[in-house]
Amino acid sequence: MRVMLRILLGIILLVMVWACDNPQDNSLPGVEKALTPEYGDTFIEASIGDASTLLPVLASDSASYEITGLVYNGLMRYDKNFKPEGELAESWEISADNLQITFHLRKNVKWHDGAPFTSADVLFTYQLYIDPHTPTAYAESFKQVKSVATPDPYTVVVSYDKPYAPALMSWSTAIHPKHLLEGQDITKSPLARKPVGTGPYKFVEWSSGEKIVLEANPDYYEGMPYIKRVVYRIIPDPSTQFLELQTGSLDFMGLSPLQYDRQTDTPAFHRLYNKYRYLNFGYTYLGYNLKRPLFRDKRVRQALSFAINKQEIIDGVLLGYGAVATGPYKPDTWVYNPKVPRYDYNPEKSRQLLKEAGWSDRDGDGILDKDGKPFSFTIVTNQGNDLRAKAGEIIQRRFKDVGVDVQLRIIEWATFLKEFINPGNFDATILGWSGGPEPDQYNIWHSSKTGPRQLNFIGFKNAEVDQLLEDGRRVFGTEKRKPFYDRFQEILAEEQPYTFLFVGEALPAVSKRFRGIEPAPAGIRYNFNKWFVPKAEQKYAR
Amino acid sequence: MLQYLTRRLLTMIPLLLGITLISFVVIHLAPGEPTDLQTQLNPQASSELQERLRTQYGLDRPLYVQYGTWLSRLVQLDFGESFATDRRPVLDKVIERLPVTILLNVLAILLILAVAIPLGIVSAVRRNSGFDRATTILVFAGFAMPSFWLALLLMDWFGVRLGWLPISGLKSLGYEYLSFFGQLTDRLSHLILPVFVASIGGLAGFSRYMRSNMLEVIRQDYILTARAKGLAEKTVIYKHALRNALLPLITILGLSVPGLIGGSVIFETIFAIPGMGKLFYDGVMMRDYPLIMGILVMGAVLTLLGNLLADISYALADPRIRHSQQGES
Repeated sequence: MRVMLRILLGIILLVMVWACDNPQDNSLPGVEKALTPEYGDTFIEASIGDASTLLPVLASDSASYEITGLVYNGLMRYDKNFKPEGELAESWEISADNLQITFHLRKNVKWHDGAPFTSADVLFTYQLYIDPHTPTAYAESFKQVKSVATPDPYTVVVSYDKPYAPALMSWSTAIHPKHLLEGQDITKSPLARKPVGTGPYKFVEWSSGEKIVLEANPDYYEGMPYIKRVVYRIIPDPSTQFLELQTGSLDFMGLSPLQYDRQTDTPAFHRLYNKYRYLNFGYTYLGYNLKRPLFRDKRVRQALSFAINKQEIIDGVLLGYGAVATGPYKPDTWVYNPKVPRYDYNPEKSRQLLKEAGWSDRDGDGILDKDGKPFSFTIVTNQGNDLRAKAGEIIQRRFKDVGVDVQLRIIEWATFLKEFINPGNFDATILGWSGGPEPDQYNIWHSSKTGPRQLNFIGFKNAEVDQLLEDGRRVFGTEKRKPFYDRFQEILAEEQPYTFLFVGEALPAVSKRFRGIEPAPAGIRYNFNKWFVPKAEQKYAR
Repeated sequence: MLQYLTRRLLTMIPLLLGITLISFVVIHLAPGEPTDLQTQLNPQASSELQERLRTQYGLDRPLYVQYGTWLSRLVQLDFGESFATDRRPVLDKVIERLPVTILLNVLAILLILAVAIPLGIVSAVRRNSGFDRATTILVFAGFAMPSFWLALLLMDWFGVRLGWLPISGLKSLGYEYLSFFGQLTDRLSHLILPVFVASIGGLAGFSRYMRSNMLEVIRQDYILTARAKGLAEKTVIYKHALRNALLPLITILGLSVPGLIGGSVIFETIFAIPGMGKLFYDGVMMRDYPLIMGILVMGAVLTLLGNLLADISYALADPRIRHSQQGES
């Protein structure tokens, strides 16, 4: 008993000492006294999956992208407010007719092997992407290009047949080294395992399934990054990652809402990590197959949207870490239209709209019917996404409240696509789109994209939307583009081909050693090169 | 003996062919294609890309042609290139993962044997005693326990709370800078939890097997004779009974040969160990046909060889079998 007491006393003392030690504990993350950046230390991050290839042109998974993003540069990039910014391009001009972009390249840029970077590399990259022998999934925007000219080693002139608004930022594609790749079979290039780029970090080591190590590039054109090494550990299980985080062996992890909310609210965790939250790109939706007679009537779709309590889904599934989606764009972007009609939870209105559309419970079984048929359908979604399955269950119950009978089917991904989505063989589906700062939604909403295996698989066809999407692609500049996309969002809100459900949040935890983190609309990683660890706190000497 | 060996080896060929044919067909029956990962629901990918990729992978040809091509390369011991975006040779990918997998499996089997054999013997000798009952309950609890759950509990306890052992991976960061002794302890400390968790499930089977073998043997007349001769109980059990009771284990060990290169996905995922299980699982999820087929063939060959090995060593170890075989031929 006495031992117990002593231990207890010890713990209380320790906590008190610790509390006194951390007077600034409730200060906001990122708001800290200015420190002079210092070089050194290692940033350790975990990835669920191993990278597949470190040649950006072939990569199609997020792990590969994250790493190639540090090793390679594009001509352009987005700044912290999603404004276009030159990367390898020092400046750029767009011709008056919007058909030509001239990039002026930086002159002091070197490949990691010492070779100079020139316009020839840009031309080569373009040719590489559009080469039919290159198995890349990302050639689409380069196919809009009419020609690429390189009048001198530091100028690139790109011409288009028609004005193409996504053009400028399509040049954020990683530029590949001509001198190492020319005349080779790209699928057999050694660079897939040992990349050579122009970016802030150089490749050091890749042990398959274990880790990838990068090292700061001392010759980087923006100056050497402060953090000396970046280690990507491959830890496929999120629970293991979380345990590693708790011991302090990881410096960064994207938390789940549960971890963020309940499992990291301990003094020990706050002592080691800062937590951040910001909205993700991408949203989850309930899409109605418009080829089915059941969903032809706009009022029915609106009624279903009114019947779903989106906030309830966010609270239940994301523990509140998300925002209600009202359209395909994230609420804090320039393109977002806040004035579209909203479908806040309103079962009364839902019932009324369904009644107007001719649905009522004539046989008294609690399920609406029309022409002798009950209002009953199936929602399909893919296995492996818990958020979607849970959202489906909540929706199922809410639909029942208004007299709509819904079954939920969860199907393995490949089968889901092959048997249900691609042949259009479904009533409704819960899925998500991830997006980016570029608002072009042509492939998802244009009526020409309703064919098999195309992305407008719900069969949405609206002449005005078609026109708006085409026009939105043809003008440059956010102010000029916004009216088109505002109207586009209004139509989507009115038509409700999807019930837009929610936008999730990114919930990263970063070790407190790292300073210089400035949360912005673009998140926290955009200025990674400027992060640093004060010498006294550096953990890894080598 | 030589004749027997040749015959056994020759019968393996049609068997192996059958296995590959069935696997090939079954894998291609599964919905989805290797190209899906890159092209499905990707706003950037055009539909012609899908076709182009299929042509590059040879998926546009009839299935029997694909099988023929694959088989003709296999005969030259060429397992082909993976369909993953890195297009590396299947053999490279497998070889890279083999050492870890084999190391873990060998250690686990050794640990299982080291614990299960004594457990089985004591349980058999003291049948229905408190010890017997307790071990029965314990080993079955171990058998029934989901390994991922046990693993997470141990990781939380020894890794996070006590901080004694590393949680995952095979080496610490900065391993290269450690002394030889440091490297060795680092490696070992990373192996403790995985090997322990991998062994727990196998204990039940082996120890029960050992126990029933032992019980069987103890009932035999020659044990009665040994006891009648007045030999010490120790000698009876450990010399006369044990040797005979160990014989059937040879078969089991032979059958675990293919298991040496197989890994468990769940287990490797939890401990972040880049082993064969994860490789195979990812291959299946991506419909990476050459990789799947490559691993299946290796597994099949090892299974067949393991069987053969078991039969041969059984014959070598047990004169009764050896003699009956000679009598046959």
